[in-house]
Amino acid sequence: MSQTKIAYYPGCTLKTTAKNFEDSALAVARALDIELVELPKWNCCGTVYSLTDDNLMYHIAPVRNLLRVKQMVRDELVTDDHRMVVLCSMCYNALKRTNLRVKENPEDLQKINDFMYLEDDDYELNVDVIHFLDLLKEIGVEKIREKVVKPLNGLKVLPYYGCMLLRPKEVGIDDPEEPNLQENILAALGAEPIDSPYRKVCCGSYLTVDNKYVVVELAYKILSHAQKAGAQALTTSCPLCAFNLDNRQKEIKEKYPGFKNIPVFYFTQLMALAFGLSNECYGFDLHHTKPEPLLKEKQLC
Amino acid sequence: MKETKSKKLDPEKVMERIAEASRPTVAGVEEKDVRHWVTIYVMGRGYSVPADLTILTAMEYAGYKFIRGCGCRQGFCGACSTVYRRHGEYKLQTGMACQTRVEDGMYLVQIPFSPAEKASYDISKEAYKVNTLLKHYPELARCVACNTCTKACTQDLQVMDYIQAAIRGDFETCVNESFDCIQCGMCALRCPAEIVQYNMAQLARRLYGRNDRPEPKHLTDRLKEIEQGKFVKPLDEITKKSKEELEKLYYSREKESD
Repeated sequence: MSQTKIAYYPGCTLKTTAKNFEDSALAVARALDIELVELPKWNCCGTVYSLTDDNLMYHIAPVRNLLRVKQMVRDELVTDDHRMVVLCSMCYNALKRTNLRVKENPEDLQKINDFMYLEDDDYELNVDVIHFLDLLKEIGVEKIREKVVKPLNGLKVLPYYGCMLLRPKEVGIDDPEEPNLQENILAALGAEPIDSPYRKVCCGSYLTVDNKYVVVELAYKILSHAQKAGAQALTTSCPLCAFNLDNRQKEIKEKYPGFKNIPVFYFTQLMALAFGLSNECYGFDLHHTKPEPLLKEKQLC
Repeated sequence: MKETKSKKLDPEKVMERIAEASRPTVAGVEEKDVRHWVTIYVMGRGYSVPADLTILTAMEYAGYKFIRGCGCRQGFCGACSTVYRRHGEYKLQTGMACQTRVEDGMYLVQIPFSPAEKASYDISKEAYKVNTLLKHYPELARCVACNTCTKACTQDLQVMDYIQAAIRGDFETCVNESFDCIQCGMCALRCPAEIVQYNMAQLARRLYGRNDRPEPKHLTDRLKEIEQGKFVKPLDEITKKSKEELEKLYYSREKESD
């Protein structure tokens, strides 16, 4: 079977603080015969989808990224001719919602296209934004299970979704109340997915910049409930959630001295681990709460 | 063979034409010698000027005298940035006055200076990190990728691309894409996010040069020579020479081969 090549939008954090998310995801994709081909040129996703009705300026950035996929198809850089994979939940949300908005408002798209006159092409709504989890669902848990060489036996993990993957419903990758995409993958890897109502609540998002104590409270709730439910680690697909849940453990510990640190993984890191992929893609040095003690205890590293 | 030869341009004549075209036309132009005229509007006032002038020389022809807003006259210094609009067009154009030829119906104004924030830093103490550029130029994060900076660039640089690279701490792309910037300031004046693209890029180039490039040996060697005082005596001698001696020295100087 020839390798599928599909367009991949990284986003800023995947190149810096979440480099381990990118590295592990690309390695996992390769192991599953998929090459994620980075857009040769890309800009910020827009970060937060703009709800203002009358200001199209904030939709230019996402549309410009979508436009690049067409250029990749033309240059034969990809074999999948209409899809763009995103890893970061926030980028996924902003790109997918904007795509939807310009589909529903052709006049807006026309205005944006007119404004982007320096581009060789217009954006013609011919791109579907998908999350890497969508792609893994399509590949199926069977194939994922086949690749496992080091089952994550005995590892209890809370799959954390946060907001951006599930809401609003129109762009959600799964049932907003009962998501199970990550659960299915974790089970296929041999881990035990843990349930908690807090896996779908907000981590505090970018309040971490202006008012980190809001985030400290929210993260404390999410993490301590996860531990009560028996989780030894969490997985996420959002670099901002990861930052809030992992790095803010420092402040949580200051406020709640009884709090016990708990590692937060990108789900792709656990996949890479179970697939027995090269250590170089884990990037555990970027974690605040180091995962190695737990992994050693479970004889996984 | 003979026929093809006779069709060939006479190189002497070609050279004459080039020399003629390069001749400074401002001083001593006789109106009767000018075959083609255009009308330009400088700050709203119309002037008839010879069609083969640059904006800069046309303004001088019209009587303007530049004290500021004009520097090298070679397209390098970025002092004579000009905004213009052709009659009947909605698009604003930008260009360096010394490099842009006048066109009929051109409405123009010079923007010789752009008020811009410039970060203060001690380059030897700056961390080479992904967020260093954002620390000094936080407005970078306001970029909406509208690309207006790229449209405004007088040097046809991909300004937005280097801003986006800067946001994600990609120094190499930022440096390569901004390398030919002459700091005319048009990007900063047009940016809806009020980013100062060119000053930010200068910091990026300094940090990249200092932290990510090998030390250039020729520069190290030369600095050592300067410190050892190798050039003190020759410089002293040169400052005492007469104009004639200096001219002689200048014309007999060692030239770099092409």
